[in-house]
Amino acid sequence: MTGSLEMDRPDDRNRLDAMAQGVIGKPLDRPDGPAKVTGSARYAAEYAVENCAEGVLVTATISKGQVVAIDEASVRDMPGVIAVISDERMVARPAQGGAGESPVRNVRQVEYWGQPIALVVAETFEQARNASKQLRIEYRSDDDAAIDQHSRDVPIETHGEPTIQGNLDKAISQAAYAVEVTYTTECHNSAPMEPHASIAQWDGTTLTVHSSLQMLKYNVKELADAVGLDPEDVRLLSPYVGGGFGSKLGISPEGVAASIAAMELGRAVRVVLLRQQVFQCVMRRSETTQRLRLAADSDGRLVGFGHEALVSNLPGETFAEPVTQASDFLYPGENRTLRIDLARLNLVTAGSVRAPGEAVGMQALEGAMDELAMKIGIDPVELRLRNIPERHPAKDIPYSSRKLAECLKAGAERFGWHGARRSPCHTREGEWWIGTGMATAARVHNLNEAEARVTLYPDGTAAVASDMTDIGTGTYTVLGQIAAEMLGLDRNDVLVRLGDSSFPPGAGSGGSWGAPSTGSAVFLACEAIRTRLAARLGCQEEELTLQDGFATVRGQTTALSDVLKGDQIEEVGHFKAGEISDKFSAAMYGAFFTEVAVNAYTGEARVRRFTGAFGFGRVLNAKTATSQCMGGMVWGIGSALTEEEIFDKRYGHVVNPDLAEYHVPVNLDVPHLDVVLVDERDPAASPLQAKGVGELGICGAAGAIGNAIHDACGVRLRSFPFTPDKIMAELGDP
Amino acid sequence: MKPFEYNRANDLDHAARLTSDGARPIAGGTNLLDLMKLEIETPDALVDINRVPLGGIEPDGDELRIGALVTNSACAADERIRRDYPVLARAILAGATFQLRNKATTAGNLCQRTRCYYFYNTEMPCNKREPGSGCSAIGGFNRIHAVLGASDACIATYPGDMAVALCALNATVEIATAEGHTRSVPVRAFHRLPDDAPERDNVLEPGEVITAVVLPAPPGGKHVYRKVRDRSSYAFALVSIAAVVRMDGGAIASAALAFGGLAHKPWHDERVDALLVGEVPSDALFDKAADLLLDGAQGHGTNDFKIPMARRTLKAVLREVTGDAE
Repeated sequence: MTGSLEMDRPDDRNRLDAMAQGVIGKPLDRPDGPAKVTGSARYAAEYAVENCAEGVLVTATISKGQVVAIDEASVRDMPGVIAVISDERMVARPAQGGAGESPVRNVRQVEYWGQPIALVVAETFEQARNASKQLRIEYRSDDDAAIDQHSRDVPIETHGEPTIQGNLDKAISQAAYAVEVTYTTECHNSAPMEPHASIAQWDGTTLTVHSSLQMLKYNVKELADAVGLDPEDVRLLSPYVGGGFGSKLGISPEGVAASIAAMELGRAVRVVLLRQQVFQCVMRRSETTQRLRLAADSDGRLVGFGHEALVSNLPGETFAEPVTQASDFLYPGENRTLRIDLARLNLVTAGSVRAPGEAVGMQALEGAMDELAMKIGIDPVELRLRNIPERHPAKDIPYSSRKLAECLKAGAERFGWHGARRSPCHTREGEWWIGTGMATAARVHNLNEAEARVTLYPDGTAAVASDMTDIGTGTYTVLGQIAAEMLGLDRNDVLVRLGDSSFPPGAGSGGSWGAPSTGSAVFLACEAIRTRLAARLGCQEEELTLQDGFATVRGQTTALSDVLKGDQIEEVGHFKAGEISDKFSAAMYGAFFTEVAVNAYTGEARVRRFTGAFGFGRVLNAKTATSQCMGGMVWGIGSALTEEEIFDKRYGHVVNPDLAEYHVPVNLDVPHLDVVLVDERDPAASPLQAKGVGELGICGAAGAIGNAIHDACGVRLRSFPFTPDKIMAELGDP
Repeated sequence: MKPFEYNRANDLDHAARLTSDGARPIAGGTNLLDLMKLEIETPDALVDINRVPLGGIEPDGDELRIGALVTNSACAADERIRRDYPVLARAILAGATFQLRNKATTAGNLCQRTRCYYFYNTEMPCNKREPGSGCSAIGGFNRIHAVLGASDACIATYPGDMAVALCALNATVEIATAEGHTRSVPVRAFHRLPDDAPERDNVLEPGEVITAVVLPAPPGGKHVYRKVRDRSSYAFALVSIAAVVRMDGGAIASAALAFGGLAHKPWHDERVDALLVGEVPSDALFDKAADLLLDGAQGHGTNDFKIPMARRTLKAVLREVTGDAE
């Protein structure tokens, strides 16, 4: 037994279920919860660092052109101003997730409104912000900025290799039932509660940065590359992250600017993005235009499937919102066309925001599926059940464990779904039309290489360490549970330390892979420790039962401390994804059911009930997993009804760059959320038999709401978000 | 934030002296501080009036006098207001959040500034922020902008809820002048239309301080505050309506309607009130009221929907308030 595994084939051993502690999966509270609730958990900007100067970024007020001059003299004599940094190492964009190298530099070449240009450093934040507004910048503006998202008169390229199989046009024209529709979604912002923030300290050899980041092992390389240091000389600390949602996957401009300033000035420098800058210069989810073509035979089985999307990004960015990611594997249809086109626009960088791909792809697809069910005249649940393919429709590989049918049935039962489809406008309560809708959830299962160190101390306590982050997801909790289960310890006897780049490199938090990947590394480290304990006890690892700090072999029970005899055992688990993803189509699945009220006068839509049933392999902690699902469903409400990052078509700036006008759902928008966790083990997913859960709850959620709106009032909208004005425009006389 | 001088006034004279010298009064600060952080407002001096004795809700004959510093929370929770002027309590509770209402004051709420996206972006031309620079909302994204009473200089809206109810109630603003006198202005005449001077939101003159809002004798009737918005809470009105209507023998005996989200000021059209009085409620009557209200309404692109939305919301409110609700 070793502490490393490259996952090339399913791991059927299911070791966690063979353990005796009984802590895995339990709905335990977060060990970090009290610190967060009481405010003693320290976030990046909150460290009291001596003699810390404050920096505020100055951002471009044109969409394309050159910075001709930065007039430092315009602020030099202002109170408290220390320096204006406009260094060629400053970065003009955030790094994409997993980049591992500096993002685009050359801040003097402006490519979008809001691009960082300079950093003003002063003694106080207020002085820095005031000076940042007074700094005079001379531009030479280009007149060919592409900023109109809805113009087709911009450069468009095909992204990646389209899937083209059979003849979709023919399938559509000959189908018993066909749906050809176009759905659109608008830009989204990650909108984390904690803005991006960094405090940089330079001691002449080592750069230490408190920062709010999701994936430290890449972030260290990105920052080192940007500022011209060796990665070994950069240390990042992110023990607590106040939400990331993709926008902190890569480093953002404030961390680089703070680092350069700290190195230049020889003192600590703190830079926090202003809320407006979180919208204006970090990361947006691209708007999408999605053409969906579904062809079904007389039994409602898909014979043709088309999903083509137009998305956008800045010139030079390789990321394109992977809209068709779940369409690749979810539904059958031998005649297939999947394709993504990428428009090049001079708008803030597009990147990963909350389940890139499926979040917007599934909400459109599930709207189209509802339209198909209406056309055929069958229960939309039944339509989904009839369209669960035997094998991956394009790659012809098997699926790993897939609980889609179980989720559809469990969710329908919990919600009280009435299979016989009513026609719309069937229920009115006062001013409100009431309707129900459903949708499938699907999100691809991702894995990433991960390491974690586990130390078993002579007193029978243990510690887990990884540079893995907990962005509010519950990573501290579940990694502790895995170690406690494997080593037979009370979970309170396992200390989990995360978010320090000097620890072994974990998977990072992104793509829902954190728990299955870093969790597997913890599992592997524990397995190696178990092997060494077994050797001390003269047995095989499989013969060893560890529970409550005692080891039992063939009826003989020994306290762990007696087995350890004053020694500590330390192992580093190393997990690699391997070839498993080529052999199986692995994904998380689920189903949403919702009841929505639509005001017959004003078009306001309000979600009244919302049930989600989800299967994502082993549940590591029923409480944190449920919370993850709820969070996704909340974002689904936002995506369906309210969220829209709006750009001015003339100037290219974000019109609504704050939380007053960028409408995330508030408490009153969110009804009781009912989450059903469907029991599952997936041996092809990870040695834990767990998949990811972080993003699943949003993937399709907005589609269910849109379908319920249609059921309520007969209005079928295809341009998200479904704001009152859009619904009202289609409503009849109240 | 631009550096500024901060002084605290302990009485009205002191406050008036400082405001006459150009200081801006600050009470809850829920709007002014945000605007100062963004340098939309850059006063050289603030005068903190929180210690000036302008609190308390006191009857004055049939009237009810709400001190300028009464918080929105306290006002909405006051038993007399909940009983005799429920439209006011409902309007206040439809705005902002608990936390903001705990700090925001009656006078400050009246003086809150527009939420126009371009007013908030100091890089954009805005006649309200910088007279003569132009209006970026015209031709831009103007979802929350005015359809009534706008001008070529400005299409911003007054964003508040409380003042809409005060308009329906025909309350009065009591103002201490720089010379130490008191003048009264009906709330209906307190806010201005933009015309060619959108930098002026209301009729307050330099050196003047609001001391109270006075509610007339309880109007009776049925009170409704309806706010249509993009999300259920913490969003400004797309359209809002305050209605106080009394029925008598199947006919409308009195009616007072005011509208938010439609104009640079809480909108009150006495022709609409007059049209309704003495009539028996009917859809035809409500349509006529909407025709009158929206006669001359003009959209600017992304806010065109407000015109039909106001019409439909008015119908819902009138049905409800005349007892004809479903």
